[in-house]
Amino acid sequence: MAIRERLSGNEAVATAMRQINPDVMAAFPITPSTEIPQYFSSYVANGKVDTVFVPVESEHSAMSAVIGAEAAGVRAITATSSCGMALMWELLYVASSSRLPLVMALVNRALSAPININCDHSDSMGARDAGWIQIYSENSQEAYDNMLMAYRIAEHKDVRLPVMICQDGFIISHGVENIVLLEDDIAKKFVGEYHPEEYLLNSKEPLAVGPYATAPYFMESRRAHAEALKHAKKVILDVADEFEKISGRKYGFFETYKTEDADYIMIVIGSAAGAGKDAVDILRNQGIKAGVLKIRMFRPFPAEQIAEAVKNAKVIACMDRAEGFNTNCGPIGSEVKSALYDAGIQMKVVNYVYGLGGRDVPVADLKTVFEDMVQIDKDGCTGETYRYLSVRE
Amino acid sequence: MAYNFKEMMNKPERLLPGHRMCAGCGAPIALRNVLKALKEEDHAVICNATGCMEVSSFLYPYTAWKDSYIHNAFENAAATCSGVEAAYRAMKKRGKLDGTFKFIAVGGDGGTYDIGFQSLSGAMERNHDMVYVCYDNEAYMNTGIQRSSATPMFADTTTTPVGTLSAGKPQNRKDLTEIIAAHHVPYAAQTTFVQNFKDLHLKSEKAIYTPGAAFLNILAPCPRGWRYNTPDIIDICKAAVETCFWPLFECFNGEKWVVNYVPKEKKPIEDFLKLQGRFAHLFKPENEFLIGEIQAEVDRRWEALLTKTNW
Repeated sequence: MAIRERLSGNEAVATAMRQINPDVMAAFPITPSTEIPQYFSSYVANGKVDTVFVPVESEHSAMSAVIGAEAAGVRAITATSSCGMALMWELLYVASSSRLPLVMALVNRALSAPININCDHSDSMGARDAGWIQIYSENSQEAYDNMLMAYRIAEHKDVRLPVMICQDGFIISHGVENIVLLEDDIAKKFVGEYHPEEYLLNSKEPLAVGPYATAPYFMESRRAHAEALKHAKKVILDVADEFEKISGRKYGFFETYKTEDADYIMIVIGSAAGAGKDAVDILRNQGIKAGVLKIRMFRPFPAEQIAEAVKNAKVIACMDRAEGFNTNCGPIGSEVKSALYDAGIQMKVVNYVYGLGGRDVPVADLKTVFEDMVQIDKDGCTGETYRYLSVRE
Repeated sequence: MAYNFKEMMNKPERLLPGHRMCAGCGAPIALRNVLKALKEEDHAVICNATGCMEVSSFLYPYTAWKDSYIHNAFENAAATCSGVEAAYRAMKKRGKLDGTFKFIAVGGDGGTYDIGFQSLSGAMERNHDMVYVCYDNEAYMNTGIQRSSATPMFADTTTTPVGTLSAGKPQNRKDLTEIIAAHHVPYAAQTTFVQNFKDLHLKSEKAIYTPGAAFLNILAPCPRGWRYNTPDIIDICKAAVETCFWPLFECFNGEKWVVNYVPKEKKPIEDFLKLQGRFAHLFKPENEFLIGEIQAEVDRRWEALLTKTNW
């Protein structure tokens, strides 16, 4: 029997972690992810898990320790946000290129300055090319479900890569919602046991990790890493299919909402997708064929599938909750336009930067994005392709 | 603990020949001897910071290490080691592991005194059952002899070059062993290559087999950075100890201090300086007063150390 609960995103992710019962967790406090190691520490203190919790002195050491633990041969996990992940930066690459299937719960928050503790995606978007798998969540249910799927993807022999499960700071992490949990034994059975082939603590065969690789070897290492991300696409879908069988909840690379016949499609990541869907309903009532495509898997990027899903639209709007500072578009805009170009699709694309540093994203504001798309269609001209939503100019 | 040099040298090597460290370098001598203090039946995981030792001993696809080994980055050998040690505890708890593993983090002075300082301090404070071994060659040698906080005053380095307005590094060196002792870890010690490696061996054994966090600071000369003839390394180490520039001492739980060797007659600091090209400028007549400053600092620190042993 599934368990009906009311949990915040942080509680939901911590609950998934409790069910996973990883061997080692290392974490450092930072708003808004702090609650995750707090909840987890209480599980440790009360015997709900038998994980070794390492309360490190920085996020840099958190990532260093989980790299060490994972290489040693166990499941290791961490949680962080914003500047915490920025401090881990160099090690994100070490983790992925050493092909260590560790998992991070990322609670998305703006990067300084000015210092700001609220949601945007500049932390994970900044790390989008670090060779990790990135999966985003719209609400605490998805954060929970994605966390339970994380190790199954990470540890798959065709993948062996770290996975980042992202949720929006405060909006999801601290927003209490209705949620359906799997029973512990069903969740544990789904996650399964970890049996690494090669690891530091193998008393029968020592292992060396993290070599100095000169030019004759380095590029092949990167090539193999890139190939693993390609393999991850199939694995992510297979794991989602299996998860659907035990949960009844269906996941893919992305979710489409009324896009089949849509003239105007908004492409978005995270919690704003909910408001986007409400905006779609309002516009549909007015006879405007609007739809939303919510990206779940940003790395690897499902370019062909997104191009296919939006190809019949007249205008699309890419919604970026991170400034890319290339003066042309944000990360989603850049990826989507590239996907369309490779698919030979020429269409009108407008890109919005929105919701930075926790700026509220009401339905009414997202409705104006669709209205802009209608206007662009009517004018036959996109005008400014790179716009800000709800900003004082 | 009895020590037999010949017996020790005949123990199987755990750091194998074929690595690419320079002739006359102290780092592999230090590590080779630390590893000899491991019981033969025990396994180890070496966690190495970026530096000469790492880039010269584990060039893909070759490794000189017989034990499991991980290099992560420059500043995080201690944190990496704490993760490996945590994994060991987790596996033991869940009955997934046979045998005994010991955990040895390794870094040069740059990766230990400077950029890895926070990571080291954290791992020591958390009291992981590990040893952090610093091979202290008193500068960033891997990148080409830049000053670190371990570099002694007036040493000529590439970022404190001797010039018309400079006599080398203007600051004194940090005393890291004392800082780690102030973490009240079970064991912190300082040693180098003297007495046929007896002091190094006994301290390595204590560091490895004392439960909890231990720190071992080993003065490990660098022929490129210190500019000496490679066979002189042992003489230099001996002079460092006889002049009290590098006292041999250990500290238990941050309170019980032991000075392991008190020279009958403390040698003048010139005996240590004159063997090294990095101090050659100090022997010009116009600079000789600087040697007096170094001597005063060595004396001050030696006296301060001796007062700590009054327990």
